[in-house]
Amino acid sequence: MNFELDKEQLMIKKMVSDFAQNVIRPRAVDIDRTAQFPVDIFEQIGELGLLGIPFPEEYGGAGSDTISYAIAVEEIGKVCGSTGLSYAAAVSLGASPIYYFGTEEQKKQYLTPLAEGKALGAFGLTEPNAGSDAGGTKTTAVVDGDDFIINGEKCYITNASFAETVIVTAVTGKDDRGKNIISAIIVPTDTDGVTITSNYDKMGVRGSDTAEIVLDHVRVPKENLLGDPEKGFKQFLHTLDGGRISIAALGVGIAQASLDRALEYAKERKQFGKAISSFQAIQFKLADMAMEVELARNMVYKAAWLKDQGKPFTKESAYAKLFATETAFRSANQAIQIHGGYGYMREYEVERFLRDAKLLEIGEGTSEIQRLVIARQLLD
Amino acid sequence: MNIYVLLKKTFDTEEKITISNGIIEEDGAEFIINPYDEYAVEEAIKQRDEHGGDVTVVTIGDEDSEKQLRTALAMGADKAVLINTEDDLEEGDQYTTTAILEAFFADKAYDLILAGNVAIDEASGQVGPRLAERLDIACVTTITNMEIDGDIVKIDKDVEGDVEKVETSLPLLVTCQQGLNDPRYPSLPGIMKAKKKPLEELEIDDLDLDEDDVEPKTKTIEIFLPPEKEAGRMIEGEPAEQVKELVGLLKNEAKVL
Ligand SMILES: Cc1cc2nc3c(=O)[nH]c(=O)nc-3n(C[C@H](O)[C@H](O)[C@H](O)COP(=O)(O)OP(=O)(O)OC[C@H]3O[C@@H](n4cnc5c(N)ncnc54)[C@H](O)[C@@H]3O)c2cc1C
Ligand SMILES: Cc1cc2nc3c(=O)[nH]c(=O)nc-3n(C[C@H](O)[C@H](O)[C@H](O)COP(=O)(O)OP(=O)(O)OC[C@H]3O[C@@H](n4cnc5c(N)ncnc54)[C@H](O)[C@@H]3O)c2cc1C
Repeated sequence: MNFELDKEQLMIKKMVSDFAQNVIRPRAVDIDRTAQFPVDIFEQIGELGLLGIPFPEEYGGAGSDTISYAIAVEEIGKVCGSTGLSYAAAVSLGASPIYYFGTEEQKKQYLTPLAEGKALGAFGLTEPNAGSDAGGTKTTAVVDGDDFIINGEKCYITNASFAETVIVTAVTGKDDRGKNIISAIIVPTDTDGVTITSNYDKMGVRGSDTAEIVLDHVRVPKENLLGDPEKGFKQFLHTLDGGRISIAALGVGIAQASLDRALEYAKERKQFGKAISSFQAIQFKLADMAMEVELARNMVYKAAWLKDQGKPFTKESAYAKLFATETAFRSANQAIQIHGGYGYMREYEVERFLRDAKLLEIGEGTSEIQRLVIARQLLD
Repeated sequence: MNIYVLLKKTFDTEEKITISNGIIEEDGAEFIINPYDEYAVEEAIKQRDEHGGDVTVVTIGDEDSEKQLRTALAMGADKAVLINTEDDLEEGDQYTTTAILEAFFADKAYDLILAGNVAIDEASGQVGPRLAERLDIACVTTITNMEIDGDIVKIDKDVEGDVEKVETSLPLLVTCQQGLNDPRYPSLPGIMKAKKKPLEELEIDDLDLDEDDVEPKTKTIEIFLPPEKEAGRMIEGEPAEQVKELVGLLKNEAKVL
C-alpha cells in the first residue's frame, strides 16, 4: 500500500497547476460571464500534450495513466469549471472510446489528432427523449450500400461546435429478443446533413460549449462504426465508467478551490472584533469541507488506480463521481456562506463554483443514476 | 555545441518559511527549481535548438534534487548529472560548490555554461562568476539577451535597469536575469520522455575530491527571519502638523534622522 504519487505524477501536477493558475485563472471570471469557449486556451492545452495524457505514444498520446489524467482535471477544475468540463469531455468522451474500441485505422485517423491536441472530440449520446435512459435512443443508422445513413437529434453535447468528430449512438437494428441494437459511429462534423448549434443559456459551466446536433440523412462509410456492432450499449457504459472518474476529479477540483477560498477569507474577515475563523461555527464548516475533499480525492485516485490496473472499477467510479460531485456542491455552498454577502457576488468566484458544481451532479449520469449503478453492482 | 546548465533546488520563497534551531525547516517546504535557473534551462534549450548539440543540467544536491533535474529534462534538456553530497558533506558554501563544479568540468568539453543570476535562497550570485574564473573562461552576468554566431556571442546585460551591449566569444559562462525568456512548461510527452533520459549520479569521491578539498571558507553564524511587518500608522491632522509629527517620529522612534 502506498499513498504517494510517483515522480511523473508530481511533475504533471506541478505543470498543470502552474499552467492553470497563470493562464486560465485570470480568465475564469470572464469565461463565465461571456460564456465564450476559450479556443486559445485549448490550443495551449493541446500543445502541452494534456489532451493525450492517457493514450499511448503511437497514437500521439503521452503514455501516462488515469491517475495523472485525474490530477490534470482536478488542477484545471480548481480554477475554471468550464475549461475543466470541456477538457474532461474531450479526453474521456471524445477520444477514449476510439482508443478502447477503435480499429487500428480508426485510431490512426481519428484518435491521433485528438491526442496530439490538434482537434477536439465529442460524444453524442443524449437525446431530447433519451437522457438517463440511454436505451431509449431514437436516432437511427440504416445501412445503404457501403454507408450508414444517420437520422436523429442529439442534445447537450459538450464541445460539439468545436469538434472535428462526434461519436454518435444510433439504433442499427433489433436483436433476437426484438430489443434495439445501439451502435456507436464516428461522424466527422463537416459531413453533409450535420447541423450543430449552441444556443443554450446555461446556469454554470457557461464557457464550456454545449450543443444540439441535428443529423439529417448523414452519410458516413460503414467503416466508421466504432467497435462491436452488437455491443454499442455496453461500450458506452464502459466509456461512461471512465468518464465518471474525470467528472469526479473535476468535483474534487471545485471542492478544493472552495475550501481554499473559504479558508483564506475566514482568516482575513473580521466581525465582532475577531477573524471569523475563530468562531467554532466557521471552523466546523471548514473541517467538514477539508475532510470531504480528502475523502473524495482518495476515492477518485482509487477508482483511477483500479482502471490503470485493469481491474473492475464500475462501482468505485460511481462512488467517486457521486461523492465528489456532491462534495463539490456542498463545499461551494459553504464557501459562499462563509463569504457572507461577498460570496454572493461574481467577483469572489465562489458563487460560480456552486453553479459549475451543479452540472457535475447531472452530466455523465445523474446522482440518482450513480446510486442505481452502485445498487446494481451490489445486488447482481 | 556542448551546453551545460547549473541548476539548484530552492524552497519556494512564496511559501511560509519556518526556522527551528537555527536551520530552515525542510519538512513540508515546497521545493522548486531556482527561478533564475529556469531561465538558464530555457535559454540552453533554445540555443541548442538553433545551433544543435546537447544540453546537460548539473546540480549539486541530494536524493530529492532528482525531481528538479527531471523537470529540466521534461522541459527538453538531454542529460542530467546529480552530484550527490548528502552522505559526504555536512555543510558547504559557494567555495564548496565552485570547487566541486571545477572538478566536474575538468575533463568536460564545454562551449557554453549557463547559470542563474542568483539563487533565491542564499542570493549570493557568486557560483557562476567564480566557476568561470576557475575555468578561465569569459563570463557575463545578468544577461537579458544572447545571440550566438559562430564563436561570437552578442549579449545584452542588465545593469541595474539599463542595458549594456557586450560582445564576447565561446567558451563562455553566462548568468541569466529575469527578462531573458519565458521558461516553457514541461509538456506531458516531455515529462514521460524524461523518465528515459540519462541521469548520472556522482559523489565527490568520483571527482577525486574529499571533504577537506571542499571545506567551506565561510561560517554561517545565524539564520533568522526578518521581523514581522507591523501595522502602519496613519498620521492625521493638517499637513504642517503631519510633517512635524513625521519628522519627530523619524528622529526619536525610528532613529533614522
Ligand atoms: C452542460 C451539459 C453537458 C452535457 N454534455 C453531454 C455530452 O457531452 N454528451 C452527452 O451525450 N450528453 C451530455 N449531457 C447530457 C447529460 O448527460 C444528461 O442531461 C443527463 O444524463 C440527464 O439526462 P436528462 O437531462 O435527459 O434528464 P432525465 O434523464 O430526464 O432525468 C430527470 C431526473 O430524473 C431522474 N431519473 C431518471 N431516471 C431515473 C431512474 N430510473 N431512477 C431515479 N431517478 C431517475 C434523474 O436522476 C433526474 O433527476 C450534458 C448535459 C449538460 C447539462
Ligand atoms: C443581495 C443582497 C442584498 C442585501 N440587502 C441589504 C439591505 O437592504 N440592507 C442591509 O443593511 N444589508 C443588506 N445586505 C447585506 C447582508 O445583510 C449581509 O451580507 C449579511 O448580513 C452578512 O454580512 P456580511 O456579508 O458582512 O458577512 P459576515 O458578517 O462577514 O459573515 C461571514 C460569515 O461569517 C459568519 N459569522 C459572522 N459572525 C459570526 C459569529 N459570531 N459566529 C459564527 N459565525 C459568524 C456568517 O454567518 C457568515 O457565514 C444585502 C446583501 C446581499 C448579498
